[in-house]
Amino acid sequence: MSFRYTSRILRLQRGLGVQTSRNGCRVATNAPVWQHCRAVASTANAEKVLFPGALNSEFTSTLDFLQPSQTQAISTYRVMNQYGEIIDKDIGVETTDEEALDLYKNMVKLSIMDLLMFEAQRQGRLSFYMVSAGEEGIAIGSASALSPADVIFCQYRETGVYMQRGFTLSQFMNQLFANAKDHGLGRNMPVHYGSKELNIHTISSTLATQIPHAAGAAYALKMQNMWSPETEPRIAVCYFGEGAASEGDFHAALNIAATRQVPCIFICRNNGYAISTPTSDQYRGDGIASRGAGYGIATLRVDGNDIFAVRRATKEARRLALHDGGRPVLIEMMAYRVGHHSTSDDSFAYRQRVEVEDWKRRDNPITRLRKWLEDNALWDEDKEKALRSVTRKEVLRAFEIAEKEKKPSIKNAFEGVWEELTEEQKMHVEELKDILTRYPKEYDVEQYEGGISGLDELLAQKKQT
Amino acid sequence: MASKTPSMRVLSRYLLRPQASLHPRCQHRAQSKQYSAGAAGARLNGTVEYDTIPILHHTAKSTLSNPELPADIRKGQTKRINLYTAVNEALRYALQTDERVLVFGEDIQFGGVFRCTMNLAADFGTERVFNTPLSEQGLVGFAIGAAAEGMKPVAEVQFADYVFPAFDQIHNEAAKYRYRSGSTGVHCGGLVIRMPTGSVGHGALYHTQSPEALFTHTPGLRVVIPRSPVQAKGLLLSAIRSQDPVLFMEPKILYRAAVEHVPVDAFYLPLDKAEVLKPGKDVTIVSYGTPLYTCSAAIAAAERDFGCSVELIDLRTIYPWDRETVLESVKKTGRAIVVHESMMNAGVGAEVAATIQERAFLRLEAPVKRVTGWATHTGLMYEQFIIPDVTRVYDAIKKTIDY
Ligand SMILES: Cc1ncc(C[n+]2csc(CCOP(=O)(O)OP(=O)(O)O)c2C)c(N)n1
Ligand SMILES: [Mg+2]
Repeated sequence: MSFRYTSRILRLQRGLGVQTSRNGCRVATNAPVWQHCRAVASTANAEKVLFPGALNSEFTSTLDFLQPSQTQAISTYRVMNQYGEIIDKDIGVETTDEEALDLYKNMVKLSIMDLLMFEAQRQGRLSFYMVSAGEEGIAIGSASALSPADVIFCQYRETGVYMQRGFTLSQFMNQLFANAKDHGLGRNMPVHYGSKELNIHTISSTLATQIPHAAGAAYALKMQNMWSPETEPRIAVCYFGEGAASEGDFHAALNIAATRQVPCIFICRNNGYAISTPTSDQYRGDGIASRGAGYGIATLRVDGNDIFAVRRATKEARRLALHDGGRPVLIEMMAYRVGHHSTSDDSFAYRQRVEVEDWKRRDNPITRLRKWLEDNALWDEDKEKALRSVTRKEVLRAFEIAEKEKKPSIKNAFEGVWEELTEEQKMHVEELKDILTRYPKEYDVEQYEGGISGLDELLAQKKQT
Repeated sequence: MASKTPSMRVLSRYLLRPQASLHPRCQHRAQSKQYSAGAAGARLNGTVEYDTIPILHHTAKSTLSNPELPADIRKGQTKRINLYTAVNEALRYALQTDERVLVFGEDIQFGGVFRCTMNLAADFGTERVFNTPLSEQGLVGFAIGAAAEGMKPVAEVQFADYVFPAFDQIHNEAAKYRYRSGSTGVHCGGLVIRMPTGSVGHGALYHTQSPEALFTHTPGLRVVIPRSPVQAKGLLLSAIRSQDPVLFMEPKILYRAAVEHVPVDAFYLPLDKAEVLKPGKDVTIVSYGTPLYTCSAAIAAAERDFGCSVELIDLRTIYPWDRETVLESVKKTGRAIVVHESMMNAGVGAEVAATIQERAFLRLEAPVKRVTGWATHTGLMYEQFIIPDVTRVYDAIKKTIDY
């Protein structure tokens, strides 16, 4: 095995042209155990099934179908109950007071930004928005338990992950207004954030496509972790909804992640709805967690309203994900989608108002942490008021500045499709420029940075050699 | 917490100073009435007026004068409805009259995100009208299987942009089912895959695409794009009746914007005929779906400004398509323009233009002009420059006539 492994490493290094002074043997001894295939043959009096497809199965003469509906549902992990009381005092919360306060402030910030941007959309100042209400603890708690170098793939309702990692209010606003300072160059719909510095890939609207990407990225990280054992190893983390988990991409991703034993945490946000579709129309198994076993993946279900549980679960998942070089972990974070799906949705067309009101009253990640903070004399009403007022002002200031910015240069309509502009694109740019020049009254080109000269920049581009 | 949080309205009244006018791009629903917002001083862009545009039937008389409608329908009643209601009526009629019809897709049970399936689950039961799990390959494959066993499934894909997980099922399965089954005679005709398509002005990369050309490269499929409520009702009913799998792509901006008089009773429109919407002498414009409205507005301006006469053809069935109607027109006018939203390269325009030069070369007075999306993705802020607008069509008419 070690020989095979070493030779594989060497081949890889040659293939990828990696220069390293490490010798193969040293790498091999530190190296993770890769899944390897055992060839087995059955013997006549074997007690166990030796079919290659199910190696540890024993023979039985009882005709007994597995009946998932008769087995007990997977438990939901908690550190703190809904009153903010810690259940196992010995373990505690594994969070310092300052950390807890930071987490709380970030959750409040997220919820205030959501309220304001939702309303801004209603006023017609923004084309679209999606709130995280009820899921703030999942995004912020899990992000707080990762290393900043870990690579993240999001679905769209993970604004808190960006916030916790340091995406600033002006960065959010620039994206939401798709202005000249937007990292996405004005190309994406609101809430499709991305950040290279924060190691978060840009969001795509197409559901579940990011899940196999995360598996592949984790494989890349697994190799890179091996190449540089002196740097802190990294993992990939992938967020998605329970609805998205019905897509083929989810199943493909978990399976390939398992066969390649990649260091990846798959975090499902199970908020009870996929737009209007309740989980009862989405699946009949025990949530998403029950699928982990099917792929041979370590799995945990967590109370998403309990930010301490979210953190502890994520930390432990990260440890597991890196154990022996890599393995995938699945966490199902339970929540309730308190808000509408998006600003294009009116959820009272398919669920009762009281259902939402009940949930809001019953439990919420922000209230729960606040109770704990208050019980520990870390928080009070005055602090709450001050925080809310300061945060609101901060959000609005960023909002007003971003709203006034120019739109990005029109060149961004064409750049970035291919690495370089193609001849066909140049023809199209010329035709567009001709139209804009001859019909200046028909277009508001001046709102765009540089006006029509953005197109000249494209036409002036020389082929890179 | 909820009780301690000031309500959104109070908050925002206090914090966000409302602006005098709403940004035209910013309707919270995708069905914005604005198609291509013109600049403040625009004379061409932004002139699509759905209330008066001649390609919609604004009176019962106009609707009932359509020679494609059977005689009894032409003597019957009409009702002014929008396109999503027309789709709903067609589905309702199909469900009522044929127990083999099933309607399903993501979120369709409460009426669908574009309201096309409103009240169908309540009226026909969730055995026949139901939500599927969120998986396009799953629900389309499911529809193919049901069709192959004699049902008539009408599957909805929530946006054309999200049809791609089902591409394999459509291209390799639905399209080839009959052919590969040979003399067993098994096929999946009766299958209809509906999907909202096209741009609305703020859909960016994944709520804007018009992927019809990807499906016109597949033998065995029918690809249909209705332009109006009458067309949607008649073509959808024909699609459900058809013995071939049909992709029925509904221009989503028209769901609410396009309103016209539609016969109350059921009727069928042909799946193999283009339609001349407006006769003309000097140039033929071939288009389908939303851009027909752009073309209609551009034609009005061009005829006024240049004294020319333009013929407008709605292809309706994008594949297989009606070459005869197009060629007949171009042989008469000697000039042709093709307009569609999706990009130029290998688009429907390429096929139409190639056919025209093959079959009407000697009649051509000018090269066939394509007014289409550019070779790029539909970035949010750039849609108005990428999707053909009234100005570009107007200019294409001018150039083609002056050639
Ligand atoms: C491939 C694909 N199909 C359909 C959609 C339309 N769509 C957007 S969000 C959504 C529901 C997703 O639900 P879930 O994964 O549970 O996430 P949540 O919104 O609850 O956070 C759907 C159907 C899409 N974006 N992509
Ligand atoms: Mg969900």
